[in-house]
Amino acid sequence: MQPDPSHTPPNSLPNAHAARQRWMAVLARASHADIVPLLAHMPALPAHSVLRGPESGLVMVRGRTGGAGAAFNMGEMSVTRCTVRDSDGRVGHAYVAGRDRDQAELAARLDAALQDAAWHARIETSVIAPLAQSQAAKRATEARKAAATRVQFFTLATMRSGS
Amino acid sequence: MAYVAVKGGERAIDNAHAWLAEDRRGNPSIPPIDTAQIREQLGRSVDRVMAEGSLYDEELAALAIRQAQGDLIEAAFLVRAYRTTLPRFTASAPVDTAGMGIRRRISAVFKDMPGGQILGPTYDYTHRLIDFAEAAGFAPPPAPEMDSDGIAIGRINDILDSEGLIEADGRADGMAHGKAESEPGDLTRTPLAFPAARDIRLQSLARGDEGFLLAMAYSTQRGWGGSHPFVGEIRVGEASVDITPPELGFPIDIGDITLTECQMVNQFAGSKTQPPQFTRGYGLVFGHAERKAMSMALVDRALRAEELGETATAPAQNQEFVLYHCDNIEATGFVEHLKLPHYVDFQSELETIRRMRADAQKEYAA
Repeated sequence: MQPDPSHTPPNSLPNAHAARQRWMAVLARASHADIVPLLAHMPALPAHSVLRGPESGLVMVRGRTGGAGAAFNMGEMSVTRCTVRDSDGRVGHAYVAGRDRDQAELAARLDAALQDAAWHARIETSVIAPLAQSQAAKRATEARKAAATRVQFFTLATMRSGS
Repeated sequence: MAYVAVKGGERAIDNAHAWLAEDRRGNPSIPPIDTAQIREQLGRSVDRVMAEGSLYDEELAALAIRQAQGDLIEAAFLVRAYRTTLPRFTASAPVDTAGMGIRRRISAVFKDMPGGQILGPTYDYTHRLIDFAEAAGFAPPPAPEMDSDGIAIGRINDILDSEGLIEADGRADGMAHGKAESEPGDLTRTPLAFPAARDIRLQSLARGDEGFLLAMAYSTQRGWGGSHPFVGEIRVGEASVDITPPELGFPIDIGDITLTECQMVNQFAGSKTQPPQFTRGYGLVFGHAERKAMSMALVDRALRAEELGETATAPAQNQEFVLYHCDNIEATGFVEHLKLPHYVDFQSELETIRRMRADAQKEYAA
């Protein structure tokens, strides 16, 4: 259901990382195929070398007893991570759900470039904003479909009084 | 008894597997199924394989279902085997089910609660008639949409909780004193031991066999450890998963997973230490899996019998019975191993029976 700009991940104070958390959340929800077309009208991203990965692994997903009680391990999910260093020396990280290595590497490259003032606005406008918008639209459509299945109760008393 | 290795059969096994591959593909004049079709059109099978395989990955589950010819336990087995090849990066922060993107949310105890009754894409109220229009490839129109009021859909427990009529969520001991939360137990790292704490029981049930849990849950309704349950709330939707990688040192959101949560509310007469109040059972399952989440919640509550001072007499209230038998990968392994050669074991049994019969005959003749 995330990300939205006001979203602050749990257990964290509003912090300097908020902008980075937001773009990482957007990139985690975008497939490689979603991102590539958006790069077409931009100069090529800085050259990079891979420091780690891309590699797939597991994250143990936790829930809480009763919804808000003590934590328990409910099961794992597949996650792919990648760390890159670009030619300007910036290090980018990505952890994305699923096993799409291309996505993880590209997300890490974008994470590195987004930390650069010269690249930031361009990537934000051409890549992050359109992805965030389509992700928000998808969530909004789901919410609207859910709203259409909300039961509108009326009472029998009202019906009788009308007859 | 020593195990006697038997050689031979390699060619038969190779040929059997070749036939299996051909059989799996079916009639070659019929197009093969794409795994994307399985993911999109057989979503409940995918959900079940993810839950029982204990690994959330829709593509992988779809692939496993195709490889297993739709045998969902075999598919879950494939997924469990695959997970052993992957490193564990970390554990997530506990998912915030109250903040889920809601697709479905119903309560059987309150008609008008904040957020309302949202039916979502449900089989409830369908007539369970085979739909021949669907067989003919009928394309449904898009689902209707309405404006959402955007009201936060809070948890139903909080309504009852405000009057003290319902027990609170169990907190980890450390949290009550403001200390860091202790690490929950993990079945994948430490073998099951008894008595099993609730965190371990919930992990075991979350990956347990839906059919087994359904039968156990049903048995409690039919009087084998009855607990007068009501569905406090069922919610289905997308929850984001947050992790804090050490190299970053702050939490990041790595994507959404679909979850089904069930809050079961049960009558409780009270005990020496607790006043009468509603108690609860909890279910949380990967994917859209209401039957499983409800069964899990009923069995979770049944397994709390001892903790709540109830006499544990029924199978569903017996930890060892439920937790040792709910894992269908372990169960199928032990049941199906009976197919493997037991020639030597059986030979010794034959000898024993022959000797006993001879002894009995001698005794009769005497």
